[in-house]
Amino acid sequence: MFDLTGKTALVTGASGGIGGAVAEALHRAGATVTLSGTREAPLRELAERLGERAHVVTANLGDAESVLALPKAAAEAMGSVDILVNNAGITRDNLFMRMSDEEWAQVLDVNLTSVFKLSRAVLRGMMKARWGRIVNITSVVGATGNPGQGNYAAAKAGLVGMSKSLAHEVASRGITVNCVAPGFIATAMTDKLNDEQKGKILTQIPAGQMGSPEDIAAAVLYLASREAGYVTGATLHVNGGMAMI
Amino acid sequence: MSDIADRVKKIVVEHLGVDEDKVVESASFIDDLGADSLDTVELVMAFEEEFGIEIPDDAAETIQTVGDAVNFIKGAV
Repeated sequence: MFDLTGKTALVTGASGGIGGAVAEALHRAGATVTLSGTREAPLRELAERLGERAHVVTANLGDAESVLALPKAAAEAMGSVDILVNNAGITRDNLFMRMSDEEWAQVLDVNLTSVFKLSRAVLRGMMKARWGRIVNITSVVGATGNPGQGNYAAAKAGLVGMSKSLAHEVASRGITVNCVAPGFIATAMTDKLNDEQKGKILTQIPAGQMGSPEDIAAAVLYLASREAGYVTGATLHVNGGMAMI
Repeated sequence: MSDIADRVKKIVVEHLGVDEDKVVESASFIDDLGADSLDTVELVMAFEEEFGIEIPDDAAETIQTVGDAVNFIKGAV
């Protein structure tokens, strides 16, 4: 349905379930993709599966130099970065009263600060091209809060405000900035939950099941498309009705 | 006008879509030529590219008029 032929996309956290599905969806729509993540092996595996138009650049987004190098390497590999999907994220859950400065800083660095820096770096090319798409993956907990995730929820809510501010600034240049906020998605992370925990979660989801990485990928694909050019500063909630906001 | 001034003028005319005779040395990008703050960022980017120079942010802030741009670039190339 959406055609991204000739467009280039950088996807962070592409070694994870959601990031991998996002990269695959953009690639299937015709985009050239750069897969980024900390672990090279799964990135290579995905790139091989995708075949042509797939590049791999490993990067640790907790490391300032790595954050600086990534957009340059991606632009070198693909010629430009037309679409940036900031999907990479980490959790360092802890009760607020027990949370260390380090747990707070690590999550803010990777989940919020790196998104600011990567977006800033790709904007120059997008401004010149008069076309660009930035899609930030936030989370339902950025809107609702979640016990044990004060750092994560702060970073995710921060992304929303940052995206809206940037969306204001660059809308006149054909660049959109949006967020996709997943609810509970079946990934390696949620596989670790036991049946009781899963059952509890499901009672809170009107759709009665967890989402799939493909559900998130479809939302990202839409926001990255030409057809979504009039949508900016928005957050698309993909959560099975868990939070209707 | 020097070669640098001509090239600066050309970029300003193209980017802001203003009449050439309005792009005089004393013309302020924002007050006289209708640029917004994002336009000024883009102009600086265009100057950097045209002349193969780096214009640091603190210097970019001092470039308010066409003449400011010409003078800065003359000193930098």
